[in-house]
Order: sequence, then structure tokens, then C-alpha cells
Amino acid sequence: MKAKKSPAERPSRSMLFVPGSNAAWLSTVQVYGADYVMFDLEDSVSVREKDTARLLVHEALKSPVWAGVPVVVRVNAINTPFFRDDLEAVVSAGVAIVRLPMVTDAQMIRHLDAELGVLEGKYGSVPGTTRILAAVESASGVVNAVAIATASPRMMGIALAAYDYAMDMHTTHDAAADESQLFFARCAILHAARVAKIHCYDVIYADVNDTEGFLREVAVIKKLGFDGKSLVNPRQIEPLHNAFAPTPEEVERAHRVVAAAAEAEKVGMGVVALDGKMIDAPIIAAAHRTIRLAQVSGVQVAGGVR
Amino acid sequence: MRIEVDAVAGTLESSDALVRVSPAEELRIEVTSTVEAQFGAEIRRTVAEQLDRLGVTEGLISVQDKGALDFVIRARVQGAVLRGAQARPDWRKL
Repeated sequence: MKAKKSPAERPSRSMLFVPGSNAAWLSTVQVYGADYVMFDLEDSVSVREKDTARLLVHEALKSPVWAGVPVVVRVNAINTPFFRDDLEAVVSAGVAIVRLPMVTDAQMIRHLDAELGVLEGKYGSVPGTTRILAAVESASGVVNAVAIATASPRMMGIALAAYDYAMDMHTTHDAAADESQLFFARCAILHAARVAKIHCYDVIYADVNDTEGFLREVAVIKKLGFDGKSLVNPRQIEPLHNAFAPTPEEVERAHRVVAAAAEAEKVGMGVVALDGKMIDAPIIAAAHRTIRLAQVSGVQVAGGVR
Repeated sequence: MRIEVDAVAGTLESSDALVRVSPAEELRIEVTSTVEAQFGAEIRRTVAEQLDRLGVTEGLISVQDKGALDFVIRARVQGAVLRGAQARPDWRKL
């Protein structure tokens, strides 16, 4: 039986895409420090290399190179002839998280859940430990986001993919120009993620050379409340992590909130004021999130990280 | 598993390996590597071990290694053999 670390304990700002057919990337990309690495068996792998990519990903998952790293694998969509073989290849190698593309409704998640259960039994993984990340890429997926996000206890996150979604909406995706055509979809999957208490990932930013545009988009999705973003190049990891790092002032304030709350707890008070403002449970929870994010981001504050 | 047809898997890119298999009466393994001096013996051992796991007892197996890690070599041998044998993988035994 293979035990897996719960994804909820980890930071989840960055999910780096790696083509499952690329031996060099699968051998080296763990050094860049992405919170999650996603091996892709879908769009980045040509139809005639699906078989060898599956073998490469299977062996990578079993390799000491990836030991202890919770790898995500994107399998091909449920309605493709590749789906079942992809799933068997990765579950038999003990994959932590399966990213299912083109999710349109909750039934697809229940189907994947059942398939995972069968394969976990067949290959001796602890039942229910393989997690699911659903990628929504259509109007149906966006409209059904809450049902999708809550369809299985295996759900660890929901992600938006912009290109197919934009086409389905009879528009085009041009990240550098304007984000308004994604606004509804982003809000919809974000609400679904918060209802289901799972992670929420934004779209990829394809133009690796446009750091300014990338950071503009990161600022938008961070403010909306996203946990992180899917990335296509290791060069995007550091700017993303820096953008998500809390400022020293925010960290300092968070520590004061937590200390004040602990003090109130000690003297048996339910609510407490700090600098004349009331602190309640959601503010305390947000302070703990800020402190955790500061720790993973390496943000130092006066007096050190407590 | 028996090699029925000529088959190839992998690439000649850095950190990868290209494996060719052909039907033959006996088992013959040929390895060339950019890191021959340091890792030649280890690569041969990995290839032989993988062929053994797949039950390949005859065929010509040629490996052109470009500094691939162990897991890449295993996957490329598997890919070429399965293609050459026109067989599906047994995920329990790879």
C-alpha cells in the first residue's frame, strides 16, 4: 500500500506543465521549485507518441527522481480512445493527482472516481487516495462548476482552460489584450472551489516572453482569490511566487492578529479588537493563510517567522 | 515477448535515448552512449534487466543513448519492444 501526502498541506501557487513525451524535461524540471508539476499526456503529445509517452510518464512516476513529489498527470479526455490506457498507466505507478481535461458535468467526475477505485484496487494503492483536478474548458463546464467541484471526495482542485472555453463562447482568448471575456468563468470556478473547499487554478499564459502581461494577469487572479496558475515554462515560476508572496507588512499584521486571537482565547473572550478593529474567525483564518504563504515564499519579518 | 517487426522508440535529443528493435534468432544488444566511459556498463545492465522483465529472449536491440536517466532508458526499451512485438503493456510487470 502506498501512502500519499495530502495536497491540502502544500502551497499551490504554480502548476508547471511538462510534455509527457519530453525525456529531458521529465528528468530535470523538478529543480525549478514549482509547487506542482503536471506531466501531460494530452495536447502536447502527438497521437503517434501516446503509447511511448504513457510508458515514459509511468517510469518517471516510479523513478527516484520524482520520489516524494506529488505529481499531477493530465490524461486524455474521457471520450477519447486514450483515456482508459492513460489512467491505467498512471494509477499503476501511484500517481498523486489526475487532471481530467474537458470536464463538462459532474457525471464525468463520478465516472473517473469509479475508474480510479477499480484501478487502485487492482494495483494496491490505498482506496480513495488518488485525487482529481478537473479542468473546465467549456460553457457547460463553467455553468456546472459547483456540481463538478463537489462531485467526489477525491476532488483537490478545479482549473480553467481558456482557449477551448473562448471558442465555445464564440470569442477568442487574447490574454495580453483584455481579461473581461474570462471574468464570468473565473468567478464561477472560484465560487465552486470555495464551496467545495478545494484549490482553484487560473489559465496558462502562453507568451513566455511577455512578463509584463503575465504579471498583470497574475495580479488580477490573485485579487479575485485564485490559489495559483497553470504555467507553461519554468521561467514563469519565480515571478508568480513573488507576486503571491505577502508583503512584510501583511505578514507582521497577520502575526499580530494571531497573537491577539490567542490572547483572547486564553482569557476566554470570543472576539477581540486589534488597533481598534474587531478580529473575528474569518480574519484569523486569513491571517493563518498569510503566515503559511509567507513561510513557503521565504518572506522574513522583524522578529522572524514565528 | 517476441519481436515480430522492426520498431523504434525515443529520440536523439539530449537526455533521451533512441531504441531500435528487429526480429533475430538470438538476443543481441548494442549500446552506444555519449556517456559511455562513466555509464556504459550501467546502461547495458538496465537494458538487459528490462528485456528480461519483458521476457525478450531473441531480437536485435540497439540503443543510442544521449545521456538518458535510468527511467528513460527503461521506458524507451519498453516502447520499442512493445511496438516490435505489437503488444500492449502489462503495467504490473514493467
